[in-house]
Amino acid sequence: MKFKILKTIAVTALISSVSVTAGIADILDTIKERGTLIVGVKADYKPYGFLDSSGTVIGLEPDLAQDVADKLGVAIEYVPVVSSNRMQFLEQGKIDLMIATMTDKPDRRKVVQIVDPNYYSSGTNVLALKSLGLKDWNDLNGKPVCGIQGAFYNKATSQNYGAEIVAFKGTAEAYSALKAGNCAAFVYDDSAIVAKTNDPAWSDYEMPLATIDDAPWGLAVGLGEDNFAALMSEMITGWHKSGRILELEKKWGVTNTPFAKEMHDKYK
Amino acid sequence: MDFIFEWFRTLYSETGVNLPFIYDEYDRKRMAEGLLTTIWLSLICLFFSIIIGVIGAWLQGSSLKWTRRIVNGYIQLFRNTPPLVQLYFFYFAIGTLLPRVENDWGGTSPMLGSFAWAAISLSFFAGAFNVEIFRSGIEAVPKSTVEAAEALGFSRLQIYRDITLPLAFRVVIPAMNNNLVNLVKTTTLAYAIAVPEMLYEANQIWSDNVNVTEMMIFLLLAYFVLVGVLVAGMNKWERAMKIPGFG
Repeated sequence: MKFKILKTIAVTALISSVSVTAGIADILDTIKERGTLIVGVKADYKPYGFLDSSGTVIGLEPDLAQDVADKLGVAIEYVPVVSSNRMQFLEQGKIDLMIATMTDKPDRRKVVQIVDPNYYSSGTNVLALKSLGLKDWNDLNGKPVCGIQGAFYNKATSQNYGAEIVAFKGTAEAYSALKAGNCAAFVYDDSAIVAKTNDPAWSDYEMPLATIDDAPWGLAVGLGEDNFAALMSEMITGWHKSGRILELEKKWGVTNTPFAKEMHDKYK
Repeated sequence: MDFIFEWFRTLYSETGVNLPFIYDEYDRKRMAEGLLTTIWLSLICLFFSIIIGVIGAWLQGSSLKWTRRIVNGYIQLFRNTPPLVQLYFFYFAIGTLLPRVENDWGGTSPMLGSFAWAAISLSFFAGAFNVEIFRSGIEAVPKSTVEAAEALGFSRLQIYRDITLPLAFRVVIPAMNNNLVNLVKTTTLAYAIAVPEMLYEANQIWSDNVNVTEMMIFLLLAYFVLVGVLVAGMNKWERAMKIPGFG
């Protein structure tokens, strides 16, 4: 009896999985039919994806997405995503493509199809007062350093460089604690810090150290969308080859990152 | 000791039950520091909240109208606002308005750090409840006892210190127990302003090891034991203070 039930379940599962695979049309056809490419981008991560004064999503990543839409010859629609929902949006088919500052991790590759090669990369750095004159990560030894609760680099910063991590829930609290002088520095993603140093309100602050823990970002399509993934892989290689990423960095006021330069040299 | 640590390491690789705060030296150290911070913060707040309660209850019986009004205002303010909001208020609003001092790394920082603000804020929070609890105890002391003391020529302070308060104390212990147990549990809120207490350290550990379930169970048990010790101590004290025929 038990065996029979198991068998039924197995057969049902098999049939449904077959029919699901057969049921999905190639996403590229869907996009062309629809006439729009729906892309998930960040809307709170200056300058990679943010809102301008009229509420339109702009930034480095939306520009990349526009390139894809131009290539496909369709219109574009941006859907703002956050870190905690971006992969789900892609899984549920709410977006066709995700370019949302996502670090490429093996466990994420199980959920969405991350396209090789990586298009960008970011690492860990600190935001600190210029007057402190920090030069080396070891200068943080024994000093209170603000951080975000749950960030993976907190432990490394305190274990390897002796900093006392003072971790807050969100970036707003950490920034205000840094401004108030409760910590000597704020350890965070270098890409976000770069944007902060361009902000006039933070002109006394700098990103003084060498970036560590550099980790690549991956853009992603839905699992099983091999044709779209192959197209995106070609697009990324093309961006690196033509220096498009370097050009966009310049456009959005980011100093050219070593990763982008390296990839340009590699594919040139 | 190493044998035990190794056993827990093996436990992780064999069963997937990950308790890094036992086998990992770094995590062990920070969990121990978290426990000490929680105990230390609790003791400071317990002490000051009782002091505030005793003094506040005395001032509440003052003959000066404005003294009574100020005490009542304080109670309303701290009893009617959430402790988390109070912590944020003290740390981010008041903290930045205070004079600044030179710090060790060549800048200036606010006079008081997160631990000090947590101690102040939570003491005031629990203190507000303690004032009311002590008032109920004082009101339970028979009026005739106070009148007898007055007839013997005791001053108001003497009556409070030597007669009303010792009797009131015995009445309020159960209610105060409740409040103090709550206070120890409320110290977990201090992690919002980055006081490295137990919840904060547990959060750091589960972020690094993705072992949320194990850490949650550990935290629950740790607080259960911690508050259990406090309650056992208070019960013992309650029995020791018992006066036959009273309360």
